[in-house]
Amino acid sequence: MLAALLSVVLLAILISIWHLATLPKETAAGPDDEYAKLMGKRTRKTDGFPTPLQIAEGAYRQLADPFYDRGPNDKGIAIQLGHSLARVGLGFLCAVLFAVPLGFLIGMSPLMYRALDPFIQVLKPISPLAWMPLALYTIKDSAISGVFVIFICSVWPMLINTAYGVAGVRREWLNVARTLEVKPLRKALRVILPAAAPTILTGMRISMGIAWLVIVAAEMLVGGTGIGYFVWNEWNNLNLTHVIFAIMVIGVVGMFLDFLIGRVQRLVTYVE
Amino acid sequence: MSKTYAKAAAPVFENVNFNIQKGEFVCIIGHSGCGKTTILNVLAGLDIASTGHVIMDGREVAGPSLQRGVVFQGHALMPWLSVERNIAFAIESRWPDWSRKKVRDHGQQMIDLVGLTGVEQRKPAELSGGMKQRVGIARAFAIQPKMLLLDEPFGALDALTRGTIQDELVNIVRRTQQTVFMITHDVDEAILLADRILLMSNGPRAVIAEMVINTLPADRTRHNMHHDPQFYRIRNHLVDFLVQRSRRYTTGELARPQQPLELRPGLNPDSETNVIH
Ligand SMILES: Nc1ncnc2c1ncn2[C@@H]1O[C@H](COP(=O)(O)OP(=O)(O)OP(=O)(O)O)[C@@H](O)[C@H]1O
Ligand SMILES: [Mg+2]
Repeated sequence: MLAALLSVVLLAILISIWHLATLPKETAAGPDDEYAKLMGKRTRKTDGFPTPLQIAEGAYRQLADPFYDRGPNDKGIAIQLGHSLARVGLGFLCAVLFAVPLGFLIGMSPLMYRALDPFIQVLKPISPLAWMPLALYTIKDSAISGVFVIFICSVWPMLINTAYGVAGVRREWLNVARTLEVKPLRKALRVILPAAAPTILTGMRISMGIAWLVIVAAEMLVGGTGIGYFVWNEWNNLNLTHVIFAIMVIGVVGMFLDFLIGRVQRLVTYVE
Repeated sequence: MSKTYAKAAAPVFENVNFNIQKGEFVCIIGHSGCGKTTILNVLAGLDIASTGHVIMDGREVAGPSLQRGVVFQGHALMPWLSVERNIAFAIESRWPDWSRKKVRDHGQQMIDLVGLTGVEQRKPAELSGGMKQRVGIARAFAIQPKMLLLDEPFGALDALTRGTIQDELVNIVRRTQQTVFMITHDVDEAILLADRILLMSNGPRAVIAEMVINTLPADRTRHNMHHDPQFYRIRNHLVDFLVQRSRRYTTGELARPQQPLELRPGLNPDSETNVIH
């Protein structure tokens, strides 16, 4: 309760500082000149850094009509978000379908673990965006390339956590399954999967976090649709109000995605 | 049989050789770490002996089987399943084609048997140590194995519950002619339950040094057995073994027998204990 109150107070302070800092009289000559120079001959008049009120106004306008579609460069925020979420969802789903079974295999077999470990160690630290040119070249479709990049960045935490969780299933539970002559598939689904589920879900949560970070960058790179493209497009329009609004939306949606997986995680978590 | 863990190390136990008759109740007693759990795991088929093998019904034990129900030392319940589901998991494994209702009814019967009625929907984490152990027992009973392997099943129970469940165990075992191999640290419990008590010397290189035949009448109960003079003779024999002889077999003061010495301390106390001392 107290924490919530403090959060509200902090928010109020932050907004007040922002408000004071962006009061019209303070947007003096200095930065504006440089800004104009930077923008060269485009000669688009900016009215400085947007004030909280302008953001609120912009946000209201966007949220009042989130589904409009006026050509490739002007779509409502919900449509852009929808594209991003679809890409993340698809890439994430592919990663689950790939990483969980493979993680099972690696976790159950120490031999496979040691054989595949060097590959994972090398592939894991590669920035997912570094795959983009290859993806664009081979797939020749920017939309699918975005999905691929999400897949690539989601796959490692899930793979590693699944393998780790499966390898760490308590011996005594496996012994119970053995004395009950449980068939391999049933053992995998009824004993190993629930035992490793909390660890696997932790991996998924990390993956989702990374995927949501990466999708913005990926869409800035390939363009077309999506919340990342929206940000880039509004920057090109020098509409900082929309940029800031989009940043907030990205934050809120990311939080919501994390909350969703956290919910599922809580469902499968058990106390020993 | 014998068991050696690390290649260079001394065997945990060696020369372990015994039979269990159908319908017989055998207890094994020995100090912590002498290898009782290891022997039980080998009997269950969960572990393999370094030398020797286990034969049941004329067939070599090649792995775990539904024929042998195990109650594990650390209850080994699945923490994500409720009491009811833990037991149902075993029942479904034993009889895959049973209907849901049949599984539930049989499970409920087992839960009632160990006195856990009313906590069916709780998770193991919400149970006391003794209750968890009882779920483990119910789970092993539920699959109606030919043989029960119990690793200190009553270790975590308070004296009262322990007595009740011991009585239950006696009832079930006598009714079903169940064959039981049980590890215990409790001398009285062994005398109450076992037809035969195996005494294991200390490790390393532990052996089953003595085999005490329980000569108390078969219908003994917790309440009457200590009125029988045999009870104290057997009890003293077992306690003497634990406090003195178990160590002396290991240090070499007493010769390690190739076959366990078969003793009936209940019948002729003086001569037999004198032989050993
Ligand atoms: N996996 C293992 N690797 C190496 N040594 C082991 C292993 N398991 C058991 N041991 C050793 O084997 C010996 C016997 O262990 P075991 O668990 O059978 O003892 P126990 O008689 O059941 O003891 P307790 O009464 O405390 O349960 C111990 O000294 C232990 O250190
Ligand atoms: Mg033990």
